[in-house]
Amino acid sequence: MSLLKLTNIRKSFGAVDVLHGVNLEVTAGEVIGLVGDNGAGKSTLMKTITGMYTADDGEITMNGQSIMDLDPGKRRALGIEMIYQDLALAKQQDVASNIFLGREPVKKFLGVLPGMVDKRTMDKKAQEMIDRLGAHLPSINRPVGSFSGGQQQTVAIARALTFDPKLVIMDEPTAALAVREVQSVLELIRSLKAEGISVILISHRLNDVLGVTDRIVVLRQGVATTNLETKQTTMTEVVSAIVGGNDMAEAAAHESAG
Amino acid sequence: MTAKPTTARNTSLFGWWRSAQSASQERLQLRLESLVVLIGLCIVMSLLSPFFLSVSNFLNILLATATIGVLAIAATFVISSGGLDLSLGSVMGLSGVVGAYVAVTIGAPAGFGVLGCLVAGSLAGFVNGFLVTRAGVPAFIVTLGMLGLARGLALVISDGRVIYGLPPELIYLGQGRPFGIPMPVIILIVTALVTHYILAFTRFGRYTLAIGDNENAVRTSGINVERHRLILYTLSGGLAGLAGMLFMARINAGDPTAGITYELTAITAAIIGGTNLFGGRGSILGTIIGALIMGVLQNGLNLLAVQSYYQQMAIGAVLILAVFIDQYQFRKEAKV
Repeated sequence: MSLLKLTNIRKSFGAVDVLHGVNLEVTAGEVIGLVGDNGAGKSTLMKTITGMYTADDGEITMNGQSIMDLDPGKRRALGIEMIYQDLALAKQQDVASNIFLGREPVKKFLGVLPGMVDKRTMDKKAQEMIDRLGAHLPSINRPVGSFSGGQQQTVAIARALTFDPKLVIMDEPTAALAVREVQSVLELIRSLKAEGISVILISHRLNDVLGVTDRIVVLRQGVATTNLETKQTTMTEVVSAIVGGNDMAEAAAHESAG
Repeated sequence: MTAKPTTARNTSLFGWWRSAQSASQERLQLRLESLVVLIGLCIVMSLLSPFFLSVSNFLNILLATATIGVLAIAATFVISSGGLDLSLGSVMGLSGVVGAYVAVTIGAPAGFGVLGCLVAGSLAGFVNGFLVTRAGVPAFIVTLGMLGLARGLALVISDGRVIYGLPPELIYLGQGRPFGIPMPVIILIVTALVTHYILAFTRFGRYTLAIGDNENAVRTSGINVERHRLILYTLSGGLAGLAGMLFMARINAGDPTAGITYELTAITAAIIGGTNLFGGRGSILGTIIGALIMGVLQNGLNLLAVQSYYQQMAIGAVLILAVFIDQYQFRKEAKV
């Protein structure tokens, strides 16, 4: 059953056409690798899904309902989460503040004053989430800017997973990570799939993509040109689809060497 | 708060200080250092001058701090969101003139005079916020322009003259002393408590700090950053209007030249109180302590009959010292 469906999405910035009618379908529990050269429009496409950008034309539906008119907050409420390449963390705020940003639980102060953010509950849930991810942070009451890159990544992931997402979009989640941390992100993607959560993974590391996805969609010059079943494809085929066929042998050789 | 692992260090004096520090930071959003500086300053002043340590002198300090304190609260909101409001002093002057114009020249009831101050300030703030968020002009330029616009408008409305002769109810707001406490001090304390609650404990306050920290992170969370900024600038203007009302009521006149360079003093108080000039961090209690540090310094130096030229130098030095200590602490924390 299709969870998210994009039909003929177009987006241009001024005179620059980035997306020329992209079609994409994601079913529940499916892990999709979205690959393509730099400037192919991967991040732009994802931002039209989260609502950060508004598509100029086309239709996006979630469970059959159009979400085109919803703002990013409402789309998050429907269960669309994204982990951004730059992580989008507020570095001077602590872990719980980042995880709950925009969704803080509130209570009454001394039973009278309304609107007090319930920090105790936030801290407790944040700690639970971090523990569930199997991560270790020095203290959840420290500003996240004082953490290492991998630890900050954990906070960004925890933020995407705390509110029962249906679809998690990850934009280059492993680009800045050490080998062991990469493995734990891939593990995480598998366990999300097991829970029936869909994942769209954007990555330049094709080995990771081939290792963890069900399907690979290649975006080339603003169009989703190729759709490959991961089980039945090879590195060579993926690379050839990304670069467009001509320099295939050379590019594939380079990729498997690197 | 959260169950932290108790280390052996917590029994030592250093550990005690660290845990007190983090508790006050967690529960009150207040850095203890600034409180220590304030108390230290009070001790030094009371040793140097026999007149310093008395209830009436403390009330004097609070009274002198009231107007600047309210302006500094406004500055804290805007600066901690990564913005800047250079028009605070001018908007304060404009508000006082509008209030006096409504209450004296038009002769409306005193309540409308108060309303006039608040509305004039909020409107100026709204214009600032509108230009910053919708027209995309940098806050520095918009509020610098407003600094001139509001001052000019105050002079136009009052025809360059001071508007004297407020109704007694208005004068009471500036000069009345219920239970012996000056009204401006009461208004400052109430305003500080309410705004501290908002900035430290509500969603609105958290978004304010998060916007100053990483606007994009807030936007991706689905919060309307532009609308939030617009509200912040309007709030800032409204608080400047309140400061204008306090000043007008205290001097029993709408003075178009009131509040010149006050924005700089207000920003100084906010920064001494621990607000990050580039946004992301700030607390109203801290700002009030910052304003009091300046008030105590000024009062003490007055009692010691130090020339006012030196007072300006002292405050400038305190500002630089405060930011130095803050940055030093921050770097040390980031390293751990």
